[in-house]
This record gives sequence, C-alpha cells and structure tokens, in this order.
Amino acid sequence: MKLKRLLICGTAALALAGAAQAEGVKVGMITTLSGGGAGLGVDTRDGFLLALKNAGDAGKSVELVIEDDQQKPDVAVQIADKMIQSEQVDVLTGIVWSNLAMAVVPAAVGQGKFYLSTNAAPSQLAGAGCNPKYFSVSYQNDNLHEAAGAYATDAGIGKVFIMAPNYPAGQDSLAGFKRYYKGEVVNEIYTQVGQTDYAGEIAQIRNSDADAVFFFLPGGMGIAFMKQYAESGVGKQVIGPAFSFSQDILPAVGDAALGVKNTAQWSKDLDNAANAAFVETFQAEYGRLPSLYAAQAYDTANLLLSAIAKADVQDADAFRAALAEADFPSVRGKFSFGPNQHPIQDYYVREVVKEGDVLTNKIIAPAMADHGDAYAEQCKM
Amino acid sequence: MLLAEQALNGLQYGMMLFLMAAGLTLVFGVMGLINLAHGSLYMFGAFACAAVAAATGSFWLGLAASLVAAAAAGALVEMVVIRRLYARDHLDQVLATFALILVFSEGTRWLFGSFPLYLTLPPTLSGAVVLPGGLHYPLFRLVIIGFGAAVAVGLWWLITRTRLGIRIRAGEADREMIGALGVDIARLYTIVFALGAALAGFAGALVGSMQSVQVGMGEPVLILAFVVVVIGGIGSIKGALVGALLVGMTDTLGKALLPGLFARVLDTSSANTIGASLASMLIYILMAVVLILRPQGLFGARA
Repeated sequence: MKLKRLLICGTAALALAGAAQAEGVKVGMITTLSGGGAGLGVDTRDGFLLALKNAGDAGKSVELVIEDDQQKPDVAVQIADKMIQSEQVDVLTGIVWSNLAMAVVPAAVGQGKFYLSTNAAPSQLAGAGCNPKYFSVSYQNDNLHEAAGAYATDAGIGKVFIMAPNYPAGQDSLAGFKRYYKGEVVNEIYTQVGQTDYAGEIAQIRNSDADAVFFFLPGGMGIAFMKQYAESGVGKQVIGPAFSFSQDILPAVGDAALGVKNTAQWSKDLDNAANAAFVETFQAEYGRLPSLYAAQAYDTANLLLSAIAKADVQDADAFRAALAEADFPSVRGKFSFGPNQHPIQDYYVREVVKEGDVLTNKIIAPAMADHGDAYAEQCKM
Repeated sequence: MLLAEQALNGLQYGMMLFLMAAGLTLVFGVMGLINLAHGSLYMFGAFACAAVAAATGSFWLGLAASLVAAAAAGALVEMVVIRRLYARDHLDQVLATFALILVFSEGTRWLFGSFPLYLTLPPTLSGAVVLPGGLHYPLFRLVIIGFGAAVAVGLWWLITRTRLGIRIRAGEADREMIGALGVDIARLYTIVFALGAALAGFAGALVGSMQSVQVGMGEPVLILAFVVVVIGGIGSIKGALVGALLVGMTDTLGKALLPGLFARVLDTSSANTIGASLASMLIYILMAVVLILRPQGLFGARA
C-alpha cells in the first residue's frame, strides 16, 4: 500500500518534471563578472537579460543560470562541467575571451550541448573545428580587423604601422588586417599581453614614416595606449577594431579617442527598428549606453527565443535548423549564418564623436558588405 | 634620437617601478613580511585619485588624496591583518595577503563598479614638450621622473638622517633588541607599512592618469616590483632604485632593439614575433644572471 502510493507520487513528480523541461530551455551563461575584464561580461549579461525582458512571456521560457568565470580558463571549464552535469542546461553561452572559449566549447558541444557565442569566435572553431552545435552570433575573430584593412585601403592610406599583443588572437588580428590591406606595412610590432606602458612603441611610431597606425589592444591595454598616444603629440591617424572604442571603455579613454576610426558590425546609430528599441530600453533599464558586447548578447538571446518558438530543444536537429535560419530581428539589420554557422553581415567604419558630454561612436562609411570569413571553406559540415 | 627617447622612456619606467619596489622592499626588509597586497594599495591610490579628482575637479587634490588614502588603508590593514602575520612563516603571509588582494579587488568593484574609471591630466601637465636637440617628449613622463627622483632623495634622507630612519634600520637589524631598548615596535611597523602603502598609492595615481584606472591594475606591476626587489637586494632602498632603473632600461631598450637585431638575419614578420617574445623574457633573464653572480641581490645584506 505504502509502496504503491510512493510509486504514484514518484511517477507524478517525474511527469511534472518532464513537462516543465519540455516547456522551456535551460541556458547556462559563463561570463566574466570579476577582475579586470568584468565590464565586458557585465554588458554581455545585461544585454542578454534585457532581450528576455523585452520578449515578455516568451522570455519566461528561458531559465538562465549565470556564473562568473573570473577570466580564467580552468574556472570556466569547472563551471561548464557543473552546468552540464548537475544543472543539465541545454544551451551554453556568454564567454567573452577566446582562450576560455577554446577550453569550454569543444567539450560542451561534444557532450551534445548547444553553444551560442556572444563574443569569442576563434578561428579554430570556424574552420576545421566547426561543429553543428556551435554558432557564433557575434563575428569571426578576424572580421573587424579585416574590415579595418579594407577601410585603410579604401581611404588611400599608403603606409601603415601595425601592432597587437603577442598571443594567438593578436597574431590573427594582424593577419586579418593584412588580408585586406593593399598598401605598405612599414612595421609590425608585437607587444606583451597585459602591457600597460607603450612609450617604447610610441617612440617607434613617431620615428616611422607611416601615415597611420592600426592597433588591436583589447581591454585596459587599449585605454593605456590611446591615452599615452594622445599625450605623445604624435599626430598620425589611428585605426582600430571597435574593441578599444566600445561604449564600456570610451569614458576611460577620454578625449584621446576623439576622431579615431574603428570598425564594427554594430553601432548604436544603426537605423533599424530593433536597434532603436534596444538602445532605448537598454538606457532606460541600466542608465548607460549599450556597448558592442551588450548588442551581441541581445541578438544571441533573440536568436535563441526565435528557435524556441519553432522547435523543441530536445529535438536537436530541428532546433539546430531553427537556429540556422536566424529568423530574428537583429539589431544589426541584415544577419544570416554562413555554412560554418558564423555570421554573414555588413561591417561599418565608425568615428568616435562627442554627443553633449558623452563620447560615443557614429557610423561614417560602410567597410564591407555581406562579409563572411576566411575559414568557412575549411569547415566540413 | 630614437635611442635618446627610448632611454628617457626606460628611465621613466624605472622610476615608476622604484616607487612600487621601495615600499615592498621596506616592508620586506624591516618586517620580514611578503606583502602580495602591495599591488592592491597601488590600485587603491589610483581609485582614490580618480574619485577625488572627479569630485573636486582638481588633479592635484586627487594626487594628495592618493597618498593619504593609501597610507590610511595601509595603516588599517597593518593593524587589522598584517600584525598577526609577523610571527608566521612566509607561506601563511602569502596566503593571507593573497586573500587581501581578492578582498580589495571585489571591494573596489562593489564601490566603483566594473567599468574602468576616468582620470585625466590637467592641461598644465599634458602634451609634449620639446627637449634640447629637438626631441618631442610627453611632459607628464618627465614629471614622473622628477617625482621618482624626489622620492629617492626623500627616502635616503629619511633613512639616513632622521630618528625614524635610525629606528627603521635598527628594526631591520634586530627587532627584539630595539624592542628591549624601549622602541614601540608595533607603532614603528605601522608607520613603515603606511609609508610603503603611500608610495604604492602615489605610483598608482601617477600611472593611472597615464594608463587606466581599473580593478586588477596592480597585479602585473607587483610581479615586476618583486623582480626589482630581488635584483636590488631585499631591504635595500638603494638596491630598489638601481634595480628599478636596470629593469626599466632593459625592458624598454630590449623591446625597442631586439626585433631590429633579429630582422638582420630573419624575415621581418618572424623577427618581430621572436624579438617580442625574447624582449618580454629579458628582465627575467637579467634577474637570473644577477642571482647567479650575487645570490643576495646587488645591494642585499643577507642571502
């Protein structure tokens, strides 16, 4: 008798649990919320949460677990294991840094989970290492640098000085720039990762005959370089990818950034309804302007919601097909996935301007249209 | 011309490292304490400067605030935490001061948020000046060289010419004995610690206005400061100065010259990659060489 009741209760509970799981999707967000790089993770989280909120009832179908990876690969791997094994998430997302993505993504998709990248998109995962369950909603890592190279060529800049930190993403960055730059590279410098004093490099720039400087220095490195470059009185034009001129760090760079040309696939003044709604609600919700990272996370959440509306996440093939359609209103306007599930999209040249007291970016020209990436051909999927 | 500018850069970098290393070596030498949280005090100074400068609109008040705030934080930390660690071994000190780094970092984030702060130079200190010989050089870097030299002279005067200096030197030699002679050791240690903290905070404010003010900015500098202390010899202010200038010059000139040297035998792209990699190792190679020749450091008293 007792046993029978227990069995009934147990089955009922199981049935309920099953029903709850079929209704929604559990998403694990691993992102950087402490340490020096936390600004990027905070914007990623806030952009994602805003999309869920703006979606109203549909947003409630997503159950979100957020954890801080402290910008450390080993911590990110631990969190991913926990989220996959004990929390049983269906989808992972949120990693900012490529080295963390390389530590987490191959194992996660290997265990059958979907991974939607809000930012990091290393070349290894775009080419031979591509996977049906891995989507990059941001770009491929080289894209912004390629767009900068294309812009420098279009703008008729004959000689350029290029610089990046000495690690894989830095080397990819300079390779990406050179892929589309037709002029002469007068010098190519690799700096230390985490370097904050650029006096030596600035002296070399001053003494070179370059017309412009292209640099990729993410995070605090870029802030330090720009401030010191402005102080140095070297007047050569500066071009960079959007990372060092993103809304989260522009206030820290200050007026030194004014007039700098940078490349991105998104800007707050992009003229479409989804973007207008995003920028307005982001400001209302958080009291600051959104950054590139927030925009990418917002799109990622909306892509996920569009797939949930069409397919059950337990049916992996149908869910993947629904994701690949990219049937959501992107804040970037046009957006579709290429064969390696990386974006095909437009890139723009932005200029840092002042609106009132606030430093921000304004689109001044197109850089590349319907651009995919250099690794798609190597992807066998 | 390029070489002259790079030499000035190396000098300025060295002076900045000296401000960090001086406090570290004082605390290490006098109290026998390894303080990993020294970088947090550097960050604390930068944040104090940015906050006060933003509130008052005066960079100079911010700079003064960085000294006062870091000294106060240092004194507080010494009295609450560090005091319990003198009798423990170095491993316990490392553990406890590492915990302090985490507390400082997350505390700062809680107060100021995750985004880097804005600290800008006043017009009188910004821009480049023309030096004799036609060299353009950022004024603020010259100011840092000046501040560093002033601190070096000030510390030399303090240690060799004042009563406090006598006590510091005595405490370094034999802490039980000067305690027995009636010197209030606890207060002496608090003062030394606060002094070291103030120097770190001051360095943080100077560098923060040139680079960026953000959580975690102290850790990379801390490692270099330890390298300087090891090269110069533990506890020696003179050693810290010489070590800091050596490290600053080696690092700056290495980065400037090595890729060019490799380019004579290799193609430009791989010369730049290899040159950059070797340049970033150069100060550690310098440290190894110094330790092989003089295990106690250049001016160290004890091995």
